[in-house]
Amino acid sequence: MTLSKQAKHDFDAAPWSGKTKRYDIVKEGSVAVAFVAIAAIVLSLLMGSPDEAPLTFKGWAVSNADNFYVTAVQELAGTSGSATYGGPYNKASDGLNVGPLWLQKWAGVTHPVDTVNEFVIAPLSTQVMSTEIASALATWKAAAESQKHTWATAYDDAITKAEGKLSDVAPGAYGPVPALAKGLTDMAKGGALDAALLSQGGFFQTDNTKQILFFGDGSYLDDAGTEANLQGGTWGMMNETGRYPGQAWLWLYSFWYQIPPFNNEESAPIGANADAYIMVLMGLLSLGLILIPVIPGVKSLPMRIPIHRGIWRQYYDANGIKCRKK
Amino acid sequence: MTGWISDFMNHPATYLKTGWLQISVSNLIVIVLMLIIFALAILVPFPKDKEGHK
Amino acid sequence: MSEMWTAKLRNKWQKNLPIEKLLPDDQPAYVVSWIYVFGVLTLAALAVIIFSGIILAFEGPAWYHISDSGLFVNSLHFWSVQMFFVFMVVHLWGKYWMAAWRGDRFRTWATGAIAFVASIATAFTGYLVQTNFDSQWISFEAKDGFNSMGIGAFFNVTNLGQMLLLHVAFLPLILGVLTVIHVLMVRRRGVVPPIDAIPTLSEVGR
Repeated sequence: MTLSKQAKHDFDAAPWSGKTKRYDIVKEGSVAVAFVAIAAIVLSLLMGSPDEAPLTFKGWAVSNADNFYVTAVQELAGTSGSATYGGPYNKASDGLNVGPLWLQKWAGVTHPVDTVNEFVIAPLSTQVMSTEIASALATWKAAAESQKHTWATAYDDAITKAEGKLSDVAPGAYGPVPALAKGLTDMAKGGALDAALLSQGGFFQTDNTKQILFFGDGSYLDDAGTEANLQGGTWGMMNETGRYPGQAWLWLYSFWYQIPPFNNEESAPIGANADAYIMVLMGLLSLGLILIPVIPGVKSLPMRIPIHRGIWRQYYDANGIKCRKK
Repeated sequence: MTGWISDFMNHPATYLKTGWLQISVSNLIVIVLMLIIFALAILVPFPKDKEGHK
Repeated sequence: MSEMWTAKLRNKWQKNLPIEKLLPDDQPAYVVSWIYVFGVLTLAALAVIIFSGIILAFEGPAWYHISDSGLFVNSLHFWSVQMFFVFMVVHLWGKYWMAAWRGDRFRTWATGAIAFVASIATAFTGYLVQTNFDSQWISFEAKDGFNSMGIGAFFNVTNLGQMLLLHVAFLPLILGVLTVIHVLMVRRRGVVPPIDAIPTLSEVGR
């Protein structure tokens, strides 16, 4: 007997009036909790959990002083990643877009970051200084904005020209910038920069934005990410530090970053705005997951590929219900 | 209680790579385990309840 | 006099979710497959996550770095999260291949799928508040995606305070509500009948 679509729907929606069996819902829940709790205890006793110590500015400056120094110059010159980021930190760039949607720009600067003062000048100013640094700071603070900019960008350009090799940098009119960068590097080496950036002149502090942004402007954090195989272009989003399982459920989000055009920053408009396009894509796919019951083709696949025959085997066998004709 | 084999766990993972595909052994184990669990859940017979009632 | 709101609510509740449906002692005879345990296993994993999470919350975010028992509780939280996603995905696969949305069960499917997405968001904030290298990396990388959508303007992944409060208070509340609604819907409608079931036939077992 074949039922009409409506009859099938009514039958599926109606309370079950056929045979029932015993079911202890409280016992089922209790057994499940006990099972998972014991499994979690065993796994925890066997393998622990990942906890790699956070990186510090001290670690950065001690292991790669030159890279820290160059980054400090870039913060003063306004050429670092943070300084040129755009919203929500500053207006230096329009940020990413998807077609006519410039959401990053439209959301505005809600978390202003001033790399020159907040990353370099203010931390240096909190310290008990040598006469050299005190003098460099005084010179900087007394100078006009345009003069500061000229000094810093000139030095940044010279470093870029020397391909980061500080010993090869040509002499020039850089004002107090070299002294300031050296002062900050020494401060970082001593551990004082971690504390200064953490407190940011206040007492209580729970927002690590400035530290993370400054950190990411150099190579220290990036190299650590590469070493731990966490880079986006190598499925890093799915990975965990050490040998621990990561986030397998992020496989589809991570996938897009591996393929063209998303994996090529030079490829406009999609590759250059990959983060934005992939966010939109994942939003649409998530909506798709929720709407599976109404998507033609997808919603009928379970009827056409009868995995359910295994699930309800006992019911079909006992009632002589054969597999439906294709 | 840092874990009996946590010393083993806190070393860099092994990655299986082919072309642009790359997965850590740990993640592969989790995914394969999920597929096996799903297959077993479908195929392993569920104990029958003798007492039916209507 | 028009019917009281309270009476209306009580009557609707008693009609759709009487106590016999909330705490049943029988179920359709066709519910004989191991696939059916993955919903309750997911809930059980969530219970262990919440329990271990409460202990971590009570002791503060830095506790597990400096205490062996803290690291153990953190491990409980970590592994119960791994199990939570494994069980939930197997549950999702099962429900898909059973076309479990049939018979007016679209909202059951939808709340489940939304809960899946909400779980990922909740787990994400958890990864951000580990206060270790992983948190530094994830926050630095993840900010770009959210900033590109303008979401970063009010959802700041590098703001530990915000992420911690969202992870411990706001998102578990949302997830809890979604989960409760999802489970109540299952209780209300019952487990979906087999595909191609025939109304007059309900034998099970040989």
